[in-house]
Amino acid sequence: MSAPPGLLGHYRQMLLIRRFEERAARAYTEAKIGGYCHLNLGEEATVVGLMSALDPSDYVFTNYREHGYAIARGIDPSRVMAELYGRSDGVSKGWGGSMHLFDAQARLLGGYGIVGGQLPLATGAALAIAYRGGPEIVMCHLGDGTTNIGAFHESLNLAALWKLPIVFAVVNNQLGMGTTVEMSSAEPELHKRAAAYRMYGERVDGNDVVAVQESAVRAVAMAREGRPVLLEAVSGRLRGHSVVDPAAYRTKEEVAELRAADPVLALGDQLRLSAEDLEQLEQSVAAEVGAAIAFADASAAPDVKTLFDYNYATPVPNDLNRLPGQPLFAVAGA
Amino acid sequence: MTVMSYRQAINETLRAEMHRDDRVFLIGEEIGVFEGSYKITAGLLAEFGERRVRDTPISEEGFTGAAIGAAMLGLRPVVELMTINFSLLALDQIVNHAAKIHGMFGGQRSVPMVIRTPGGGGQQLGATHSQNVELYYAFVPGLKVVAPSNPADAKALLLAAIRDDDPVLFLENLALYNTKGDVPDDDVPAEIGRAAVTRAGSDITVIGYSRMASLGLAVAEELAAREGIDAEVLDLRSLRPLDRETIVRSVRKTHAAVVLEDDWLTYGIGAEIAATISDGAFDQLDAPVRRVAMAEVPLPYAKSLESAALPSAGDVETAIRQTLAAVGRLR
Amino acid sequence: MSTILMPRLSDTMETGVVVTWHKQTGEMVEAGEILADIETDKAVMEYEAYESGVLGRILVAEGEEAAIGQPIAVIGDEEDADDAAAPDEAAESQASASPPPAQSGTVDDAVQTSVVVPAMERMPASPLARRDAAELGVDLTQVVGTGPGERIIRADVRAAAQATPAEPETPVAQEQNDGEEVPLSLLRRTSGKRLADSARTAPHFYLTASADLENLVDLRFELNAQLTEAGRQKVSINDLVIRACALTLRQHPDVNSSLSGHNLLRHHDINIGVAVAIDDGLLVPVIRNADHKSVGVIAEESAALAVRARQRQLTTDEMAGGTFTISNLGMYGVEQFTAIINPPQAAILAVGASRREAVVLDDGSLAARTRMRYTLSADHRILNGADGARFLADLTHLLEHPWLIIA
Repeated sequence: MSAPPGLLGHYRQMLLIRRFEERAARAYTEAKIGGYCHLNLGEEATVVGLMSALDPSDYVFTNYREHGYAIARGIDPSRVMAELYGRSDGVSKGWGGSMHLFDAQARLLGGYGIVGGQLPLATGAALAIAYRGGPEIVMCHLGDGTTNIGAFHESLNLAALWKLPIVFAVVNNQLGMGTTVEMSSAEPELHKRAAAYRMYGERVDGNDVVAVQESAVRAVAMAREGRPVLLEAVSGRLRGHSVVDPAAYRTKEEVAELRAADPVLALGDQLRLSAEDLEQLEQSVAAEVGAAIAFADASAAPDVKTLFDYNYATPVPNDLNRLPGQPLFAVAGA
Repeated sequence: MTVMSYRQAINETLRAEMHRDDRVFLIGEEIGVFEGSYKITAGLLAEFGERRVRDTPISEEGFTGAAIGAAMLGLRPVVELMTINFSLLALDQIVNHAAKIHGMFGGQRSVPMVIRTPGGGGQQLGATHSQNVELYYAFVPGLKVVAPSNPADAKALLLAAIRDDDPVLFLENLALYNTKGDVPDDDVPAEIGRAAVTRAGSDITVIGYSRMASLGLAVAEELAAREGIDAEVLDLRSLRPLDRETIVRSVRKTHAAVVLEDDWLTYGIGAEIAATISDGAFDQLDAPVRRVAMAEVPLPYAKSLESAALPSAGDVETAIRQTLAAVGRLR
Repeated sequence: MSTILMPRLSDTMETGVVVTWHKQTGEMVEAGEILADIETDKAVMEYEAYESGVLGRILVAEGEEAAIGQPIAVIGDEEDADDAAAPDEAAESQASASPPPAQSGTVDDAVQTSVVVPAMERMPASPLARRDAAELGVDLTQVVGTGPGERIIRADVRAAAQATPAEPETPVAQEQNDGEEVPLSLLRRTSGKRLADSARTAPHFYLTASADLENLVDLRFELNAQLTEAGRQKVSINDLVIRACALTLRQHPDVNSSLSGHNLLRHHDINIGVAVAIDDGLLVPVIRNADHKSVGVIAEESAALAVRARQRQLTTDEMAGGTFTISNLGMYGVEQFTAIINPPQAAILAVGASRREAVVLDDGSLAARTRMRYTLSADHRILNGADGARFLADLTHLLEHPWLIIA
C-alpha cells in the first residue's frame, strides 16, 4: 500500500461509518430501530477529519446526526448499534436511542435531539474547563440550520466574551431537513458569522478529510489558548434528512453531483488501493458491522424494573414511582 | 438562632456554601457589579471575585445552558434568573436539557445545579413581570422544585439544593424578601420532598407554598386568636417531589381543605393537590376541596385591578370560613 | 332504560351484598329471570328482574355492599347495551321513570311488570357523611342535609345517629397485632346492631323459674313412640315448650306484644320465633299461630325451618312477624341463661337443659327428678315483674301438666 498510514486509517474509519449507516438504515426498515434515525452518509470525511484533531481528554457535544462521531471517537460500534436497537448494552443503556448517544468515559457528552440544545451546554463545559484551568477543549458540532437559532448567537457571544476553549464546528451539508442554507440564512457563508463575535471563523471543504483535519487541528490549537473558533465544513447529505425521508426536494442532477463528490469513493480513488486490499478492507469493515448487529440483536431489552433507576441522582422522599395504571394510594381491598 | 430577613438568609447561605466548596459559583445577570436586581448577591463579588460570581449578558438560554454544561463537568453552579418570568427564555435548556440529561443518557452524568428565581405579583410590574410559572417546572420529572416561605426554610432548602446532585429550581418570592424570622445558626439542610406542618390544627387543612404558605399561616393564626378556629397549615416547601402523604394525612384528620396558590387556578398546582386529596382521602372529605388562586387574567398594572386579581388574606379567610360553614362548623 | 336498585328483601334490611350476578353485562334478561343473589341481613335471596332488557352496566360488583335504593345495575333496550351512563344519571332517570310499557308478546301474561322498589333520589351527601352513615347505620334518606345545597354532612349524620339511640363508638382492638382480622358477616353485623340497640334501649329484667319435667318426659316418650310408628316427625322438648308458651301467651296478651312508639301493640296472632344458630350469625324463623297448631305440626315446622336456616334458604316471610321468641341452649347442657330481647318484642324466653336433679319432695324425702330452668327477659317499659311472674307460673303449670299442652 502506498498511502500514508494515517490516511489509510481515516479511510477505514470512513468506510466503517459508511457501512454502519447503511446497515442501520436496513435495520430501521426491518423495524429493529425505532423513532428517528439520521445518518452521516456523505459526511464521513467531515466526521473523521474533525474528530481526528481531538485529544482523548477533550469533550465532544454533538447533535442527533451523530452515529459517525461516536464511532470516530473510538466507541465500540456494537454499543452504538445496541443503543439504536434500544438495548441494555447500548451506550446510553437504551434510554437515548439514535439521537442521544452518550459515553461519559469517551467524553462524548451527548448527542442532542433539540436543534442547537447542545450549544449552551458545550459552552458551559468549556466554562468549567476554564474555571478549573484545565488543558482540555470542547468541540461542539452543529448543523447549518442551527446557525439561525438564538442559542447559537448567545453561545458564541458567551464563548468569545469569556475566552472559552471551544470549537464550534458547523457541519454544513447544505440542507436543514428540506431547507437550503440560502433559503434560511441571510449570510450563507456561515463561518462569516464569527466576525460578529470577534471570533476566528474558517470554511473548509468537508469532503476532503485531510483539509478538514488540518483546519480542525488549527482550530483546536487556538481553542486551547482560550480563543474559540467557528469552523465550517461543507459537504453533502447522500440520503434524506432521516432514513424515512425520500428527499424528493432534490433534483436528479443534484443527486448526481453529490454522488460524484462522494468523499468515501474519492478517498478510495486517491489512495489507489489494489482491488485485493480494497476487498480485504471491505471484509474487515463488514465483519465489524456484522458483529455490531449480532451484538445488538443479542443484547437484552432494558428490564422494566429499572424504569425509575435514573429519576434522580440524589434520591429524595416522595419521589413518585408509579406505572400508568397504578393508583396514587392503595385501593382498599385491592 | 439569628433573626434575619429572607433575603439575608439566602445571601448568607450562598456565602457560606461558596466558602465551603470551590465548585460552587454564581452566574446570572447583574449579580456581580450591580449586586443583584433584588440585592440577594450583595457583597459576594467583592468577597469572591469574578471567577466565582459571574455576570452574564442578557442571555437566559445561553447562560442557563452554560450552567448545565458546567454542572455536567462537576461544578455546582447557582444560577440567578432575575425573575421567574425570564426563565421562559431558558425553558428549552431547563426542561429539555437539565431535566433530561441524567435519565436520557442512562444515569451517566447528573446536573448538580440550582436555579434561584423569584416569582410573585403585587409590585405593579404588569403582566409579563408578575407571574408564578413554577408549575411549568414542577410538571417535569428530572427536576426538583422547592419553594421556601420563610427565612429559616430559605436557608435550609438552599443548603439542600446546592448539595443535591440534581437540577433544583429554588423559588423565591418578591413579597417575602423583606420578611424576617429566626434562622438556625447550624448547617443542617432541609430534606427536599417533605412538606412541613407549620401549624397543627383539627378544624380544616390549609395548604400553600411560598408566599401563600406564609399568608395562610398568618390568616390561620389570626382566626385562632380571634375566633378559636383551629386550622392546620401545611407548607409544601417542595413542589416536586410533592409530599402527598402529609397532605392526605392532614385531610384525613380535618375532613376539609383549602388550597392556596399564587398562580392561575386552571390546571394549577391546587388542582394537583385537590386530585391528590380525592385519591387519598375521598371518603374523609366533608366538603369539596376549595381553591384560592389568581384571577384568570394577565396581571394588570393598575393597583386597583392588580389587588383584585391577586389572592389576599381576605380571600383566604373567606375560603376557610365558607368551607367550615359547609361542614357545619361555622354558621 | 331503567335502573335496578338494591331491593329491600327483609324487614330489617338496610344494606345488601350482591353475592352473585347471574347475568353478565350485555346479556339479555327476561322479566322474571333470576338476576342476582342478594345477601340480606338474614338470608341470601334470589332477586328477579322485573323488566326485560339488556343488562347495561353492573354498578355494584359481586361481594360489594349497597344501601337499599342504591343503583346496582342498569337495564336497557338492546340499543342501550353499550350505554355508559353514569350511575347518577341512571338514578335520576329512574327517579322520574314511569312504569315501562307492556312488551308485545307478554300481553297475556298475568305477570305485572312494574318497579316495586320505590324510586329514590340520590341524596347529596359528602363522602365522609356517606362513610359515617354506613358505619353508624344511619339511613341517609331519613337525614336532612344542612350543608350547601342541602348536602348531608358529617354533623347531620351524627345528629341523626344520636336522635335514634346513641351508638357508642365501636371499640377497636388497638395495639394488638397478634391476631387476624376476619370480616364480620353482614348477617352478624346487622343482628349485632339490632341486639345492641335492644340491650341498650330496652330496660331488661330477668325472671327465672323451673319446672318438674317428669310428666312431660313420659308424655314425650309415648308420643314419640307412636309418631315414629306413624312415620312422622318426632317431638322435641322445645316443641312442647313452644306450644306451652303459645297457650300461656293467650292468657297474657301483654307479653305477646310490642312497643310501637308511645303505644303498646298487642298482637292478635301468636307467632313464636325460634332462635337458630348458624355459622355466621343467628336466624330466627317464626312458627305462626303456634297456639292453633298441634305439637306434631309444630315439630314438623320447626325441624324444617331449622334445616332451611342452616342452609341460608329462609325466606323473608319465614322470618317476619314474630311476637315472642324462644332461645333454647338446653342441647348444649346450659343450665340457665338470659337472652336479649328480640326487638320490638316484649319478652324472650331462654330455656336451659332438662336434667336429673336431687329434689326435696313434699313429704320431705329426696328424689331424683328431671327439672328444667327457663328465664324470661322482659322489657320493663311494657311489663312489670309481677306480669312476668304470672306468665312464668302459668307456663310452669302447663309444663308440669303436659296433657294440657296437647289437649
